[in-house]
Amino acid sequence: MSVLVYTETEDGKFKKAAFEVASYAKEVAGGDEVVAVSFNATDASELAKYGVSKVLNIQNDKLSKFNAEAYADALKQAAQKEGSKIVVVSQSANSKYLAPLLAVHLNAGYASNVMAAPESTDPFTVKRSAFTNKAFNFTKITTDVKIVGLSQNAFGLKENEGDASVEDFSPELKDGDFSVNVESVDKAKDKVTIADAEVVVSGGRGLKGPENWGMIEEMADILGAATACSKPVSDMGWRPHSEHVGQTGKPVASNLYIAVGISGAIQHLAGINAAKTKVVINNDPEAPFFKAADYGVVGDAFEIVPKLNEKLKEFKAKNA
Amino acid sequence: MKILVCISHVPDTTSKINFTDGDSKFDTNGVNFVINPNDEFGLTRAMWFKEKQGASVDVVNVGGAETEPTLRKALAIGADNAIRVNTPATDGFQVAKQLAKVAKKGEYDLIIAGRESIDYNGGMVPGMLAAILDANFINTCISIEVEGDKATAIREIDGGKETLTASLPLVIGGQKGLVEESDLKIPNMRGIMQARKKPLNVVEPDEAPTQTEAVKFEKPAPKGDVKLVDPENLDELIDLLHNEAKAI
Repeated sequence: MSVLVYTETEDGKFKKAAFEVASYAKEVAGGDEVVAVSFNATDASELAKYGVSKVLNIQNDKLSKFNAEAYADALKQAAQKEGSKIVVVSQSANSKYLAPLLAVHLNAGYASNVMAAPESTDPFTVKRSAFTNKAFNFTKITTDVKIVGLSQNAFGLKENEGDASVEDFSPELKDGDFSVNVESVDKAKDKVTIADAEVVVSGGRGLKGPENWGMIEEMADILGAATACSKPVSDMGWRPHSEHVGQTGKPVASNLYIAVGISGAIQHLAGINAAKTKVVINNDPEAPFFKAADYGVVGDAFEIVPKLNEKLKEFKAKNA
Repeated sequence: MKILVCISHVPDTTSKINFTDGDSKFDTNGVNFVINPNDEFGLTRAMWFKEKQGASVDVVNVGGAETEPTLRKALAIGADNAIRVNTPATDGFQVAKQLAKVAKKGEYDLIIAGRESIDYNGGMVPGMLAAILDANFINTCISIEVEGDKATAIREIDGGKETLTASLPLVIGGQKGLVEESDLKIPNMRGIMQARKKPLNVVEPDEAPTQTEAVKFEKPAPKGDVKLVDPENLDELIDLLHNEAKAI
């Protein structure tokens, strides 16, 4: 038996999520082998550090852009070749896209939003978040082959130094794998995404208008953070939809979430509940966010944030 | 064009979440159920296709009779027919199987499902349905146009978006962006009256195996009180974030 992981890359380099799924797979595998599948990775041996002992690296120009059906087909062939009973994927937009396809192709049960190592392996039971982080749900996967979708930052990185062999792998791809065609990709370069960010800085209606986002972006720059916003802010068009976090927006599972001028509607709090440390800055001490936050500052954001930015700059300069 | 919109019957977004029967079941007591928001964006986009391109729109739900008011609401918004597969929704695969049966029979060109339901957040039904049907699939769709048998869609990716094309039949996992919040329709009295007369067909389920089982629920541990920091002493906040939370 082996545990298979889909290790995601961006421009040939592994994403942090790749190392996290590998760490998780090593824990689940116990003494068994962890086999990674990567697409056009430049240095596949990097995965050895996180417990992977074999990498099936696919070098194929047709797969230079993510394609859910083709990637799912390749992963299926890898799982069958390796006799893998457990497949671990992240919960990035791409992994969430391919996992249900892979589940049907492998006749595998799939648990998404998994928060921790399995509660038990027989029966195979995992803890997952449900009700948009308002509850956890223990799910038993009853099929022979199982797919685990691991939430970002839920398990963390665990180093497990070892050697990894890297093999070229050439799955047989069908025309049908490419029947959904990627025409263009529009992605901000050098900008941290909410999904990958360690820190997210988020603004709400309390900021009074899009012209006041400079200080939020400045804080994000200092902290290497992603910027986000509340639902009303995206509904009013102050910020793009892609920044909306909450129940109907993006989930946040970063280490730190800093909310400025966000009162904390229940739908917003649900979406950011998985963030490890939450800070709120708001002039209304009755704002519901103070009940959900770890640290709070009551006061005028327009005074506090610029001051805080200066202090964060000093801190970063000292601790660089 | 024939469109099928898959509707989940979910607790509204402000619901308090509690469990009963030894934390094994969701407590529906006092909970108001609504159309899953991700499905409602899709339904509203389907209404646009109905108005502008003469599409017919059916809605389908897998669930017991208690979900019918939610389907009636979809009819009041403007769907033409509703179908209920008469079986409780137990896991994503079982729901996708039941939906696939309805989808095959109706020979739909476009099937719209929300990217995930806001209760179980499985996020798997649209993709599984597409794979079972061997139809094209685009997830986290924020825009869809159809011309002839070709669809052009925009998908939200981490940190940006992607434009894709595919031929029909196509399944999409929809979300906000397909239409805006302000485009959502509150059914008017005429719509509600008409909805009463529209067909709501109950079909019996196929035998469909489940692959997962929700065995137990748990609420997050109660959170400690917030630590308030004086706005004049922001060094303390930085110290707490660095030394206590180890977050910076």
